[in-house]
Amino acid sequence: MIWTAILLTAAGCFGLKAVGWAVPRDLMSRPLVANGVTLLPVALLAALVVLQSVGSGHAIVLDARLAGLATAAVCLWRKLPFPVLLVLAAGATAAARAAI
Amino acid sequence: MAFGLAVGTYGASFGAAAVAAGLTVTQACVTSLLVFTGASQFALIGVLGAGGAAAAGIASAVLLGSRNALYAVVLKDLVPVRGWRRVVAAQVTIDESTGVATTAPREHAGVGFWVTGLAVYGAWNLFTLIGALGAGAVDTRAIGLDGAVAAAFLALLWPRLRQDPWVALGGTGLALVALPLTPAGVPVLVAALAVLPRLVRR
Repeated sequence: MIWTAILLTAAGCFGLKAVGWAVPRDLMSRPLVANGVTLLPVALLAALVVLQSVGSGHAIVLDARLAGLATAAVCLWRKLPFPVLLVLAAGATAAARAAI
Repeated sequence: MAFGLAVGTYGASFGAAAVAAGLTVTQACVTSLLVFTGASQFALIGVLGAGGAAAAGIASAVLLGSRNALYAVVLKDLVPVRGWRRVVAAQVTIDESTGVATTAPREHAGVGFWVTGLAVYGAWNLFTLIGALGAGAVDTRAIGLDGAVAAAFLALLWPRLRQDPWVALGGTGLALVALPLTPAGVPVLVAALAVLPRLVRR
């Protein structure tokens, strides 16, 4: 099942990239399509942020991951580079987990 | 250089998170080789790791990858590509290569796209392997990898947040409402509905 999921995801993701290179420009620049494609990542990434940081099975669990998320927010606010953000967020999560 | 470091740490995080989610090292590496778009890959393994339906994982990954189609449309005017190279160009059409091609001076757009795309492809796959192999040696929970994955999603969202805060808030709310009610992976798809009011209004 994992292999099927990987291959179908690959087909879908490559297909979208290829479609962009292949279709006539005016189809993708229609406002509905362009807006949809621009806005979708915003909604999906916001959902992934919250699910990854407080989701646990079907429950909302507040735990050490929030320390990592808060650290990331500070890093973004301070405009720190992405690798620094990843390392500090992991470190904060690990430290909070060890402390709790 | 800083770019390579960013791709490296994120790629290694993916490899480690994929193995922690139950994928084999081979599966983690094939995902990076074939899917090659970071956020989608994390979305997929998030659902698989939570024991969700594969269909929900595939759908959220593909929806998240839809932005690459828009990138390709923009790139088509900047980077002339013919024949079989189009297949390679399509595969390396991602946030980073598009970012460099669209911000570089017009005459360097093509070089910027190819160098960035191919370099990121190489680094992403190398570090996926390193992370996947490393995951077996360390306790990924103890080093806070799950917190880093949430942080990475926030970093990807951040530059888009000012533009569309209500869509982000809507997506967050819908995901939380759907979390206890729907199978794993579905909350992300429900969150996609947050774009509808904006699409209808325009």
